[in-house]
Amino acid sequence: MESTKTYWKGLEELNNHPEFIKNSIKEFPEFSSKELNVNSDSIAEEGSNRRDFLKFLGFSVAAASLAACETPVKKAIPYLIKPEDVDPTNANWYASSYVDGGDYASVVVKTREGRPIKIEGNKKSTVSAGATGVRAQASVLGLYDGSRLRSFQEKGAEISFEAADKKIISKLQEVVAAGKAIYVVTSTVCSPSLNAAISAFAAKYSAKVVAVDPVSAYGISKANELSFGSAFIPSYDFSKAKTIVSIGADFLGTWLSSSEYAKQYSKTRKISEKNPAMSKHFQFESIMSLAGANADYRTMIKPSQEGLVVSNLYNLVAGKLGAASISTTQLSDLPNLKLAAENLVKTKGYSLVVSGSNDPAVQILVNAINNLLASYGSTIDTSRKSNVKLGNDAAFAHFVSKVKDGSVGAVLFYNSNPVYASALGKELASSLSKVALKVSFSDRVDETSSLCDFITPDHHYLESWSDAEPKTGSYSLIQPTITPLFKARAAVESFTAWTGSPVDSYTYLTNFWKSNLFPKQSKYTSFQAFWDKSLYDGVFELPASSSTLSFSGDVSSAASAVSKRYKAKSEGFELVVYEKVGMGHGSNGLANNPWILEFPDPITKATWENYLTIPISLAKKLSIKMEFGNTQRVTLKANGVSLTVPVLVQPGQAPDTVGIAVGFGREKVGKAGNGLGVNAYPLISVANGFANYAISSGVEVSTTGETYKIAQTQTHQTIMGRDIVQESTLTEYKKNPAAGRYFPTIATADGVVPTTDLSMWKMRERTNHSWGMVIDLNACTGCGNCVVSCQAENNVPVVGKQEILNSREMHWIRIDRYYTSDMTHEKAEENKIGAIDMYRNMEDPSENPKVVFQPMMCQHCNNAPCETVCPVAATTHSSEGLNQMTYNRCIGTRYCANNCPYKVRRFNWFRYAENEVFNFNEDLDLGKMVLNPDVTVRARGVMEKCSLCVQRIQEGKLNAKKNNRRPVDGEIETACSQSCPSEAIVFGDMNDKDSKIYQLMEQEYNKRMYHVLEEINVRPNVSYLTKIRNTEA
Amino acid sequence: MQVTSHVRAPLVTGGKKLHDVTEDICKQVEGKPTNLWYFAFGISVLALAYGSFCLYKTWTVGLGVWGLNRTVGWAWDITNFVWWVGIGHAGTLISAVLLLFRQKWRTSINRAAEAMTIFAVFCAGSFILMHMGRTWLANWALPLPNTYGSLWVNFNSPLVWDVFAISTYLSVSILFWYVGLIPDLATIRERATGISRKVYGILSFNWSGGAKDWQRYEQVSLILAGVSTPLVLSVHTIVSMDFATSVIPGWHTTIFPPYFVAGAIFSGFAMVLTLMLVTRKVFKLEDYVTITHIESMNKIITLTGSIVGVAYITEFFIAWYSGVEYEGYCFINRATGPYWWAYWSMMTCNVISPQLFWIRKIRRNIAATFVISIIVNIGMWFERFVIIVSSLHRDYLPSSWTMFYPTMYDIGDYIFSFGLFFTFFFLFAKFLPVINMAEVKSVLKSSSAKK
Repeated sequence: MESTKTYWKGLEELNNHPEFIKNSIKEFPEFSSKELNVNSDSIAEEGSNRRDFLKFLGFSVAAASLAACETPVKKAIPYLIKPEDVDPTNANWYASSYVDGGDYASVVVKTREGRPIKIEGNKKSTVSAGATGVRAQASVLGLYDGSRLRSFQEKGAEISFEAADKKIISKLQEVVAAGKAIYVVTSTVCSPSLNAAISAFAAKYSAKVVAVDPVSAYGISKANELSFGSAFIPSYDFSKAKTIVSIGADFLGTWLSSSEYAKQYSKTRKISEKNPAMSKHFQFESIMSLAGANADYRTMIKPSQEGLVVSNLYNLVAGKLGAASISTTQLSDLPNLKLAAENLVKTKGYSLVVSGSNDPAVQILVNAINNLLASYGSTIDTSRKSNVKLGNDAAFAHFVSKVKDGSVGAVLFYNSNPVYASALGKELASSLSKVALKVSFSDRVDETSSLCDFITPDHHYLESWSDAEPKTGSYSLIQPTITPLFKARAAVESFTAWTGSPVDSYTYLTNFWKSNLFPKQSKYTSFQAFWDKSLYDGVFELPASSSTLSFSGDVSSAASAVSKRYKAKSEGFELVVYEKVGMGHGSNGLANNPWILEFPDPITKATWENYLTIPISLAKKLSIKMEFGNTQRVTLKANGVSLTVPVLVQPGQAPDTVGIAVGFGREKVGKAGNGLGVNAYPLISVANGFANYAISSGVEVSTTGETYKIAQTQTHQTIMGRDIVQESTLTEYKKNPAAGRYFPTIATADGVVPTTDLSMWKMRERTNHSWGMVIDLNACTGCGNCVVSCQAENNVPVVGKQEILNSREMHWIRIDRYYTSDMTHEKAEENKIGAIDMYRNMEDPSENPKVVFQPMMCQHCNNAPCETVCPVAATTHSSEGLNQMTYNRCIGTRYCANNCPYKVRRFNWFRYAENEVFNFNEDLDLGKMVLNPDVTVRARGVMEKCSLCVQRIQEGKLNAKKNNRRPVDGEIETACSQSCPSEAIVFGDMNDKDSKIYQLMEQEYNKRMYHVLEEINVRPNVSYLTKIRNTEA
Repeated sequence: MQVTSHVRAPLVTGGKKLHDVTEDICKQVEGKPTNLWYFAFGISVLALAYGSFCLYKTWTVGLGVWGLNRTVGWAWDITNFVWWVGIGHAGTLISAVLLLFRQKWRTSINRAAEAMTIFAVFCAGSFILMHMGRTWLANWALPLPNTYGSLWVNFNSPLVWDVFAISTYLSVSILFWYVGLIPDLATIRERATGISRKVYGILSFNWSGGAKDWQRYEQVSLILAGVSTPLVLSVHTIVSMDFATSVIPGWHTTIFPPYFVAGAIFSGFAMVLTLMLVTRKVFKLEDYVTITHIESMNKIITLTGSIVGVAYITEFFIAWYSGVEYEGYCFINRATGPYWWAYWSMMTCNVISPQLFWIRKIRRNIAATFVISIIVNIGMWFERFVIIVSSLHRDYLPSSWTMFYPTMYDIGDYIFSFGLFFTFFFLFAKFLPVINMAEVKSVLKSSSAKK
């Protein structure tokens, strides 16, 4: 059309101003230079008016302040090419093995997005059979330890692999040329491939290999050498034992392969009405050990009596079996010894005697008793030798003397920290400078490696290829689950490099297996198939050889040695040096592991340090009353060493004895572990070449008057006569399967009814799942494995000693440990003792108390007191019976925690993650890698508690749903039930008639099964089975 | 027609005329503050400042700065909360219940008592906010529409009842107090000039003093009195249910509602006495707050103190009579356990000390009354501490038994509430008439002493 209207946008367009025409073709017309041209130099010339000045001022202030607020850069780098086997949110599991100082566990490692985050037991192994120890559970955190070295070091400076190799090889050659000795000092190496590499290295440089364990079992292997002709440690099978006598061996806590034994032991402690057979366990010991706490009969002895207990037991057993007796000092009035002998003989062929002594004479007598009892071939297997502790104290002492006289030219420390963890540590440290070349494979600058010229850190086991042979014929693989975090190198690569034939660890391992193990089996024809299967399973077994050894020990000379060394009566204090269940020998990086450090000792419930355990009688003498962790420091003098240590009054500690744990007092291990407690290794004496963990003379304890606080997670020791743990004896149980049960009742208009018959609330129906848990108090040994497993699974923060002192530990599961008291309700009634005095006396444990353990976590009550009181409905009940916490909704009134009768709720008093005050693993980017991405890291001010591992339940349900089926029993396990070596915790769907939990509850309903605090009618989904003791009365 | 009683002691002494009342009371508002006022106010502000620092730390660092732990989840926070709520009870009781009962002696003290109530409830409220782990989400405890769909508060929870009870109580108290202030504010307005005339003019809602104004004033007062009377009973009943509805031995007690209400009135009256004794001295109001007033209040203290004492004994009896292990132990532990000193402080302060008022000489002695009023409030603080901490620290499972020790932040946050309370109170005393002039004037004819 002609009359198309033109709408002009401004006078410029109407006037066709030339500048407008020029600008109109540009998409973004510029402002006129006069208006706002900040960059123009003309400003200065033209001068700016007040408005401009204000604009510039405003801009610069805003710009400057914006520049000051630096947004932290979080690097989340996506995969450019997705690795084939990594699916975000899907976990990958790899079989591997955890091996450290006697601790062996075949494990499966859970990795998420390429990060190992959880260790679980591998049920395919016939050795560990799915059991793990606390240290294995915590080992995953060790991978992310910030104190690990990030490169090879030469005298504190970084050095490349090549340069280090060159220097070390040339130095080694110099040493060889100078004719000086070369030593390789290791802890027990049970990797056959690494042993081969070390042997090759030793052959090339004619080096001597010395194995030494921080806590030695040399006495046992020596005794076996004298008894059977070869030095070894046999396989014990506690599951076959009907009578167990342990003299100072904490076989459930620290002795040899204890998690394996705990698993076997629990099999003999699980009873039912149909099969009420149960092992009878006698323990003779000085300290209160975990095994002692589980024993049916526990007798306190002094370490100086230990040998005589064995020799007297020998005579009692021999007397009954008509064998010749030995001449020895009589221990006639020792309680339970006769009973133990009777039972041993009664169950001949199914008996087992073990001793924790490192004295070969004692161990020979133990072997002799076992021989009389026909234990060999039944409870003891000499054909499958245990390889976890092969240290030789004498060889190590010889090495130290060689260092001292200057005849050692080079020493390589592999997985060994003898400067710290040896009685000879001080001597070694002072003369180590005489050695020309010192190399350590330590992953950190520790007490030994700091004195070395080179530190060539080995990989963490989760980063490396290796293998293990924990028992003859039982092989186990170690495979990397993450690319090495730091510039460390596998020890086998270092050894082969220095031998002159460098080879990477994978090739070395596969070659080793190809040439050594593949030919020994016949199932697979191709090596690849054999390898794949072994790697998948993590383990490989060769059929056991049937060669049995026959006992030929010299009993009478052992007996006379024992008689000479041990006394029935002795004056003065005696000291026992022991290992803690959590820390163990503590000579490596574990001593810097916050999970281990905060792990409450199963017996003392103390964390973060060691202490001197003293008997109640001594505490009275020194007038030390231990209340709420408040105690005193004393001076301990023994073996020429004087230490100032806090004391912990330990019920069950033998009179006139004191105990102290090794593994603490580290000076160079890392931020978390330095300076905690005292080093007890120097207290160990050496007797006839054997490390002696009991010091029987010259022990002095004197008060300093200094007060001190020990951080315990439980400060009240007794059960106060309450029916929280219901228990009975086997004799009673056989008569009445509900023996020891307490059935609370209430009087109503219709007569007396069980309290649980009444309720204000209507029970909701569970149409789908009904999750629950049954905990067998008879099987639970109290080891605390579940505590660390739960911590790893649920991102439970570490809070430090001060917060433990403030009773603010965060563990979602705890093991309540109660001692019996001399005072009971019955006794008070009998003796007409008033309630006030009765309760006061009930607070004091007996001198030698019976002990019970009770795992305690959220009971997931159906009438949950916490749920009704939350003002914002942040804690609610799921349709599947779970008491669930909605962290986002929580406003932190803590009413739920107050109203929880079990006190299992944990409040975030501070921000525990990314807070430099709590500078444990969650403060570091490295340490945070261990966090389970399926579980929220809780914010400050919210409540948290056990969720029955809801993330695992959800995962299991989803997996089942994807396959269009119902979850199968056993498919879903909580972290605690999964990690329980004794399978005391049974988790499952109570609606599923095929489930283990359903059947167990069906079988034990109104018998052994009970709920804690049944009378308050909260109806928990967690049930307990009564504890049954195999005692006569 | 007014009848002057010859038997009853006069409520206002000194032969005050209506104008004297106005003069005496307005003097404080109109004049310059005294040095004593500056001194007291200065200390209050200092306490508030120090307390605010502690509060800042509590909120920024975390509740871990307090001495609480996994077993004892409440201690000083809720002790202080209940204590302040209790103190806040006297105001309503005096204004509402005594108004309904036509107790004329209340006229001299109701204003200050009501102000005290409001400030005490502020303090109580501050502890509600303080004790939350995530105070910044406190609004979640209100049943407000939200973006989460049908997510509401949990009406089962006594803490939600608390929110309703305290907020209702605070609003009604403020309303009641302010309505009562209007005629007096108008009096001050009339006497004032310049800016203060404007301010007091706005504050007095243009009160004209006409008959209609007075009629409406009386009506509103009566309605509010009717509304607040049940609140006197309900607020502390609901606070007591925080404990009574739980399962914890020592908390799970049906006796709590009446026992808490009596205790609240007990501590409230004691606090009113403490403050009034100081105020009458400082502001020279001896003729308005007479020994008769003090005696009447002392009688109520003795009554409520005795109710509380009976409640303590009943608790012990029931704990024994029930035969429940946990309940029995809880009370033995209270009296003989690690917190025995708190229990016996409570018993001495709350049960024994008010019995001294049976002696006429003591209940008419100002110094003795002052001391006992403070002792009662100390006792009532210990009562709440004993109930909360001694019950929690040893409940069902001995494995969790532990101790609570206060930290400097527990103390500092308590100081904060004192600072808040007294800062408000001194501001009130300076800028508003501390005695209800209008009501005192109404009783002057019938109950004042002849000159």
